[in-house]
Parts: sequence; structure tokens; C-alpha cells
Amino acid sequence: MMTLFGDPAVWLPIVFASLMGLSILIYVVLDGYDLGVGVLFPFADDDEKDRMIASIGPFWDANETWLVLAIGLLLVAFPVAHGVILTALYLPVAVMLIGLILRGVSFEFRAKAPAPRKRLWNNAFFAGSLMTSVAQGYMLGLYIMGLEWAPATIAFALLTALFLTVGYSFIGATWLILKTGDDLQKKAVRWARRGLLGAVGGIAAVSVASPLVSPRIFEKWFAMPEFLLLAPLPVMSLLLIGALWMMLRHLPHEHDHWSWVPYLTAMGLFALAFAGLAYSFYPYVVPEYLTIYEAAAAPESLFIILAGTVFVLPTIVGYTVLAYVIFRGKATELRYD
Amino acid sequence: METLLLSRIQFGANISFHILFPTITIALSWVLLFFKLRFSATGDMRWMDAYRFWVKVFALSFAMGVVSGITMSFQFGTNWPGFMETVGNIAGPLLAYEVLTAFFLEAVFLGIMLFGFSRVPGWLHTLATFLVAFGTLMSAFWILVLNSWMHTPAGFEMRDGVAHATDWFAIIFNPSMPYRLLHMLLASGLTVAFLIAGFSAFRWLIGDRSDEVRLTLKTGIVLAAVLIPAQIFAGDLHGLNTLEHQPQKVAAMEANWETGPNVPLVLFALPDQEARENRFEIAIPNGASIVLKHDPDGVVPGLNDFVAEDGTLLHPPVAPVFWSFRVMVGVGVLMLLMSWAGAYLLWRRGTDGMNPWLLRGFVAMSFSGWLATLAGWYTTEIGRQPWLVQGVMKTADAVADVPAPMVMGTLVAYLVVYAVLIAAYVGVLFYLARKAASGQMPEPMTPQSGDAPVRLVPAE
Repeated sequence: MMTLFGDPAVWLPIVFASLMGLSILIYVVLDGYDLGVGVLFPFADDDEKDRMIASIGPFWDANETWLVLAIGLLLVAFPVAHGVILTALYLPVAVMLIGLILRGVSFEFRAKAPAPRKRLWNNAFFAGSLMTSVAQGYMLGLYIMGLEWAPATIAFALLTALFLTVGYSFIGATWLILKTGDDLQKKAVRWARRGLLGAVGGIAAVSVASPLVSPRIFEKWFAMPEFLLLAPLPVMSLLLIGALWMMLRHLPHEHDHWSWVPYLTAMGLFALAFAGLAYSFYPYVVPEYLTIYEAAAAPESLFIILAGTVFVLPTIVGYTVLAYVIFRGKATELRYD
Repeated sequence: METLLLSRIQFGANISFHILFPTITIALSWVLLFFKLRFSATGDMRWMDAYRFWVKVFALSFAMGVVSGITMSFQFGTNWPGFMETVGNIAGPLLAYEVLTAFFLEAVFLGIMLFGFSRVPGWLHTLATFLVAFGTLMSAFWILVLNSWMHTPAGFEMRDGVAHATDWFAIIFNPSMPYRLLHMLLASGLTVAFLIAGFSAFRWLIGDRSDEVRLTLKTGIVLAAVLIPAQIFAGDLHGLNTLEHQPQKVAAMEANWETGPNVPLVLFALPDQEARENRFEIAIPNGASIVLKHDPDGVVPGLNDFVAEDGTLLHPPVAPVFWSFRVMVGVGVLMLLMSWAGAYLLWRRGTDGMNPWLLRGFVAMSFSGWLATLAGWYTTEIGRQPWLVQGVMKTADAVADVPAPMVMGTLVAYLVVYAVLIAAYVGVLFYLARKAASGQMPEPMTPQSGDAPVRLVPAE
């Protein structure tokens, strides 16, 4: 059965790399919005903060689970790469984990602690979201630079840290446009406009830097006919950016028309950027060092995971959709006791 | 200090902090389902009040468990890359199944359970509560399968230094799994029983005479009184299973150096690993032989059998295992005395006739489950040393080559965060109890069906 699609040592690593990539992408567009809402926290007043939390409250935990799945897939499918990548990223991972701890518990503490402490937990929520976003951006940059710690690569990683944080605040703002109304929505439109610049800057920086760092990546993009075949990626990205820019100048519309479009477009933009990255790095899981075929676990073990995944993943998608349907509409009011 | 020891302390600190919260949520989710079902069946608001108070504790504990659990999944890679490189073919699928069958189920339906009360029909809310409980149970199942496999590995073969699965049934139902799972689930039940009894007693003592408090006090005490004998029985079975598969661990638990019959049960001693003897020993003659072999002449293994020719120790450090085991058993005995005394008084005199000193005792024992659970885990995990996977790979072979100062730095950061969070957690629990006792809870919510546009009401 394992040989149904040819040599399992070839197709299983591809399937698992795709699954892992998909999990990371879903994580970025889902947890991205709730991290972004956290990053935007200092710009909101107390009442708005409550509504911002209400807009992400039922979702954040499930969003974060995609990160656990992604890292789990890396761990189970490419155990050697998992060790190499995570030991190289030891410090940023620790910063991210502490950030995730702080923001995760702040959701609960800010609502349950005595009123005077609420401000403290609001700050912890912001700090945790910021630490997580910055650390993830830093890791992305370092990964693109081949996991090397040198002044130039660190500088680039700091740049991607800034851009990803602003990018998250952008997708967070588009989420708030969808989930809120009135003044907060107007504010969110302004945040989104500013954030879009950061997201564009980040995509541009990565697009320029990765072919410069790696002749292999340069070759993959700028040879013929690849260059023409890949052209839709940057062209569509530019179209989406243009559409977003136009839209954000006119939102919010009367009767809340089109308020769902910016978030969806933002998702599209992140997906295109991600597809570009994935193309650049394939077949490497550790850039220039370890391919997915070299790092893959035994086919028997991968197959038994895949068998479960085929049944379970659609179920997960099903009840995730159920949750989004149940909590559809505006997060208008939040009651604390 | 060296990287190995620091990494072990760091992982120990993380997993100790983590287990506190699943220990609560595993059983509390089922207690909440019980409250919800009783409410659905009777319409009695006491059950709903109990649900609404304890779901807050649940939500907080769950968040603490989730975030500290994410930390663990990363630390396999950051600190222990050798683990997955050697046994990844077995550990990987087990962890993957935990994420797929448990984490998403819990996370998605938790949202509906906490925030969806007035958004979904009553049956769907009850179903969400059930699925969260089921998810936490599945999570416990998979992780204990993996942990048990590390103690009693089975169903695999080594090829070129890497473990390959040969029989998944044997891997999942490895020899210690049923005992360890049962022991841990009962530990979770007892932790929650004493937590509920303790906080209900606390509310009673500060003047709360609500029907809800009477109900939860009774629930907590009765649950504890029923579970503790079961736990003692399960613990004995688990110990006998360990004797069969990891005799060196049992030898360390009993601080027994020489293999032989008529081994005494050591009550107190300072085990001296250098001199390989116990100092200041107080012991019951033939006790260990009777407990472990159910026969005074039973031969009990000794630590001196587990020293290699070249003097390398193949048994765990004795004192920590010996003492953690005694703390666990001591707390267990205390739990037995307290819960049965409480249950007897409840039966004879009812809630109003409870002795205030006994109630204070329950308050003091609110977190006794944590102590026993941690002591138990220390016994079994330190008892596995020097092995990471018994007989397959040593802990020292799995550690990452990360500079010690870096491990130290992050360790300090984690410890600070954990200390603050535990203090905040305990503080907020008492704050919630005080607030509930003074009747400042919001007006009771009534379930509504359909999807009428209702406010988003958090279970804070």
C-alpha cells in the first residue's frame, strides 16, 4: 500500500513537507491575527481592548495549536532537522515561548484577577504578543540566512523581526475591521493602512535578500523559463497590495459592506509570500545543508501518521469551521464580573 | 554547572510546572460534565452555579497547561535533539496522534464551552463540554503511552542505532502503560477532589452558606473518599509492575542495597550512595519483602546488582527517589485519613455538622494533589535514570550541544515566569472564591437555544 504512489522514500517526505508548510501557513494567517491584535493593544483604550479580546477570545487557542502541529510535524517527519533548527534558534525560541506563555495566560488573568491588576495583565498580553511576533520574525530571517549567526545575518533577522511584527499588526487590523464596528473599526482601518506598508516592506526585503544570499535560489527564480512561469506570484502579490491599498482608503462602507475583504486579501497576500519562500527553499529543510529526503524519518513511521492525518485533518477543519460559524458576526460587547 | 545537568533541571522545571495544570484539567473537565448533566436533568440551579464557578478555574488551568505544553514540544528540539534522532520513529507518531486527536479537539470546543453558552443550543454546549473532557483524556492517553514506552520499551528493533517500529500494538500497550495511565488518571481525580473540597471548605469558613457550596463540598469529599482506596490499589499494582520491569527503580525507592530475602521496609534513612549503605535507618523487619513479594521470605532486588564491572552506576540516584516516594505515599495516607473522616462526618451530621478544624484541614490540603503528583513523577522519572529510554539510550546521549550559560540564562527566565504565574494562579483562585462567597457573581445565565444574537459572554 505504501508503494501505491511510487517509492515511499520519495513521496512521503514531499507529502509531509507540504503538510508542514500548510500548517505553518495556516498558523501564520490565524495566529497572526490574534498576535497582531495583541501588538496593537497599546493603541486602544480600555473599552476597545475588551472588544479586541472578545474578537479573538474563542479562537486563539485553536489558532496556536497549528504551531504545535507544525513543530510536531517537523519533529516527527524530519527529526534530524528538528534538532538542527531548534538548537540553532535556541534563544529566539526561548523568547517566543516565554512570550506565548505570557499572552496565553493573560487572556484568562485579565478577566479574572482583581480589577486593579487588569492593567498589568493587559501589559503582559501586549508584551507577550510582541515578544512572540519579534522572535518569529527573527527566526524567519535567520532561517533565510541559512541559520548562521553573523553581524550581517543578525541585522537582516532584526529587520525581518520588525517587518513580521508590523505584518502581524496588519493582519490583526484587518481582522478587527471584520469583527468590530464604529470607532474601533475606523481605527482598525487606519492601523491596517500603516501595517500594510510594513507587510510590503517585509515581502520586498525577503524577496531581494534570499536570491542574493543563495546563488541556488537566484538560479531557481531567474533562469528561463522558470522566471516566466513564476511571474504570476509577484504579479498577483502586487495586484493584491494595490487592491488592499485602494480598499483601505474607502473603508468602512455603509452597512458594513466589504468589511470581510481586507482580511481575506491579507490571507491571500501571506499565502503568496509563503508560496514564494517554499519554492525557494525546496528541497531543503535546513537551508543548503539538509534536504527533506535526507532528514525524513522511516517511511513506516511516516505512513502510520499519514493514515491518521487523512482522516483527522478534515475533521479538524470541519469543527474549526463550526467554531467560526458559531462566533460569526461582530464582537460587540464583553461582560466581566 | 554543565549543560547536561542544566538541561535536565530546565526540562524538569518545565514539565513540573506543566503537569500541575493538566492534572487539574483532566479530571475537572469530567466533573464539569457531571455538573452540566445534572443541571440538564434536574434544572436545579445549584449545579449550574457549581459549573459556572469551576469552569473559571478550568479555563485558567487550561490556559496555563496549553502554554506550558507548547514549551515542552519545542524543548525536545532545543535541548534534547538526540531523543528524536534515536527514537523519533516511535515517539513521533505518538506525539502526532496526540496533537491530531486531542489538541485540536480540546482547543476548538473549549472556545464553544467557555464562550458559546448563550450562542448554541444546550445540547451542543453539553456536547462541547464532553468533547473537551474527551480530548483531555486522549491527550493524557497518548502522552502516557509515550512516557510508558520510555520506561518499558517494546515493539521495536534497533537498526544502525535508530529505533524502528515493528509492532504498533506492542508499542502502545507496552507493559507499564495500563498501570501508569490508571495511576495518573486517579491522581488527577484526587487532585481535583481535594481542590474542590478545599475551596468549598474555604468558602464555607468565610461564611458562604450557599446551596452551591454545600453541593461542591460534598462532591469533593465523596469523590476523594471513593478514589483514594482505588488509587492505593492501583499504586500497588503499578509498583509490582515496576518491580518486574525496572527492579533498580524499586531498589532505590526502598533504599535496599543487597538482593536477598527478608528485606526490611525502610521508614526513614539517609541513603549514602558513596558508602553504599543507609544511615540512621528505621525499618520494619521483612516489610519490603511482604509489600513487594507478599511473602516475608520473598527475594527483593538490591542496588548493588546494578553496578557495571568498571564501577559505572546503572541505577538511579538513591536519595531523591527514596524521598519522593515517601512524600507521595505520605500525602496519600493523609488523603485517606482526611477524606474518610470528612465522609464519615458528612454521613453522620451533614454539611452543617462539619468540624471547622477538619474544614481548615481541607483548605490546607487544597493543593495536596499537586504535591503527591509531583513526588510520584519524580519517583518514576528520576528512577529511570541514567536511562532516557530504559536500556536503549542514556539521558546524557540525547542532550544538545548548547553552551551552558545559554541554558542557564533561559532556565532563570523560565523559573521567574513560572514562580510569578503560580503565585498569580493560586492568588486568583482564592480571589475568585472570596468573590463568589460574597455573592458578587453576575446573575445566573439561562441557556438559550437557536442562534439569537446574544452577547459574547466569557466564562471568566
